[in-house]
Amino acid sequence: MLPFMLVAPQIAVTLVFFMWPAAQALYQSFLIQDAFGFKTEFVWFENFQILWADPYYTASFKRTALFSIAVAGLAMSSALVLAAMVDRIIKGVMAYQTMLIWPYAVAPVIAGALWVFMFDPTLGIFAYALNTIGYDWNYKLNGDQAMALVVISATWKQIAYNFLFFVAAIHSIPKSLIEAAAIDGAGPMRRFWTIIFPLITPTTFFLLVVNIVYAFFDTFGIIHAITQGGPAKATEILVYKVYNDGFIGLDLGGSAAQSVILMAIVIVITVIQFRYIERKVEY
Amino acid sequence: MANITLKGIKKAYGKVQVIHGIDWEINNGDFVVIVGPSGCGKSTLLRMIAGLESITEGEISIGDTVVNALEPSKRNIAMVFQNYALYPHMTVYKNMAYGLKLMKLPKAEIEERVQKAAKILEIEDYLTRLPRELSGGQRQRVAMGRAIVRQPAVFLFDEPLSNLDAKLRVQMRLEIKNLQAELGITSVYVTHDQVEAMTLGDQLAVLNGGYVEQLGTPIEIYERPASVFVAGFIGSPSMNLLDGQMGADGTALILPDGSEIPLTTARPSLAGQPVTLGIRPEHFSLSGGDFTVPLKVNVVEQLGADTLVHGHLGESTAPLVLRLEGVQSLNTGGIVQVGIPQDAVHIFDQASGKRVD
Repeated sequence: MLPFMLVAPQIAVTLVFFMWPAAQALYQSFLIQDAFGFKTEFVWFENFQILWADPYYTASFKRTALFSIAVAGLAMSSALVLAAMVDRIIKGVMAYQTMLIWPYAVAPVIAGALWVFMFDPTLGIFAYALNTIGYDWNYKLNGDQAMALVVISATWKQIAYNFLFFVAAIHSIPKSLIEAAAIDGAGPMRRFWTIIFPLITPTTFFLLVVNIVYAFFDTFGIIHAITQGGPAKATEILVYKVYNDGFIGLDLGGSAAQSVILMAIVIVITVIQFRYIERKVEY
Repeated sequence: MANITLKGIKKAYGKVQVIHGIDWEINNGDFVVIVGPSGCGKSTLLRMIAGLESITEGEISIGDTVVNALEPSKRNIAMVFQNYALYPHMTVYKNMAYGLKLMKLPKAEIEERVQKAAKILEIEDYLTRLPRELSGGQRQRVAMGRAIVRQPAVFLFDEPLSNLDAKLRVQMRLEIKNLQAELGITSVYVTHDQVEAMTLGDQLAVLNGGYVEQLGTPIEIYERPASVFVAGFIGSPSMNLLDGQMGADGTALILPDGSEIPLTTARPSLAGQPVTLGIRPEHFSLSGGDFTVPLKVNVVEQLGADTLVHGHLGESTAPLVLRLEGVQSLNTGGIVQVGIPQDAVHIFDQASGKRVD
């Protein structure tokens, strides 16, 4: 009995905060309300059919793919560069590391607000600088600029996390391997690409999954604070569209259907992570 | 192939000086061993030769080139690490070929060199395996293979056998010795194991606390240790070191139990001085010797080929270890007279720890 008692709190949390809402969303996705909320109709998969036929939805899908590839790619590559460099620093390593970890502690909405203050077309200092040098910066009108801004903000926040993992992974490589490669005649760049990089692939794969999940879901706060999905839906990624359609557009059934699709995506990513990537950890 | 010259080599980490000026000329083709307890700076010295540690002061030359400012890759050396440092994601073949590829050798030559080294080391069957699929001894061979394919001027070994079990260690020790003799490449070998040091080296450097205590051939060091430290470090079981005193006229030594040892040559300069007396366990005998001392037997260890006797000098607390040939039966608790030849007695000045001749 004791073992069950010990896992009970965890199971209760999972049931109440994960299973129940998931079941609710699934049920909701089979329903359509009329515009005034007087009656609800059970429609099976009609919500999903509507979604797939909706060009806005497919556009949001592509946008999310672009967004997450950009965020994961940028956040991982810059973190990797920083982690590789911290290995070569002799003085002030702690200060450098601590400063790099701070952004991770900033809440997404605050991070978004921070970037708004810097890049707002009317009061942002960087916006002012860009306009001064002749670049027409206004992310509130230009969709590409808006996308760039949310990508940069989301990346900035995620670099800290990736950095920590990369630093730990690089540190776990025995120093003598690097020295052996140095004696074998490999310069720093070659050592990195032929020894360090292959040896940290398990970490890289892990971070890839984590970053994609982050870009898909955790960037809601950043987007909400910076662009609210605009201008003209240019930054409306899937998770933001769930909110927009459900809570602003009040299409609860359609919004729930979108949540269910997102849920399916998470499940697939998680399965890939556990099934294939964790097994590849072999060094 | 090249000789190695060390001139006034010093190393400091911040204010902590770990190597205090070492001068050493290593001849071309020699197998030299640096031996010492952990923390004596032996690995640091080797890593300075390899270029993995900067040189605080002094000059290292390999051949005619001063290598102080050269990258490890430019020094034409190969190193075998204690943990082998094999690239875990590469097959044995790729591990050995890695350095050759970086040298931009043609594929055919790489293939030829790797195959040849694999044949010498008897690892031809494992070339397609990953390091984690090999045993400790096989990994050790691959590490050696990776060093020899490069045909370097100098081999550096950093305690390469200390991760192997005792039996394999003896076998690999012999193989390393043969291989080095065959290839004739100047080799520097670091170890804390005095048996490896004695058996492998043409020249031996005994390091202690960043100073070279003694340089010489293994037999010189065994027969004429320059200091108390060397005397205690080289030889197994280690030399018996007894605190004694030189007699008033310098012709006899007075042992802790009061017994006297006559000296063939008088040392009047040390008259009345405290000295340390060294006698190797293997130089005692139950009969014979130029003089005898009393031994109180505590423990007798029969090793078959010889017998180790642990005891005390007479009724004193000074411990003595004897190594007698063959099987000897001694009664524990009893006192026996053991003989010592005159020339087996080493005398060290107690203040400086240096040998007195």
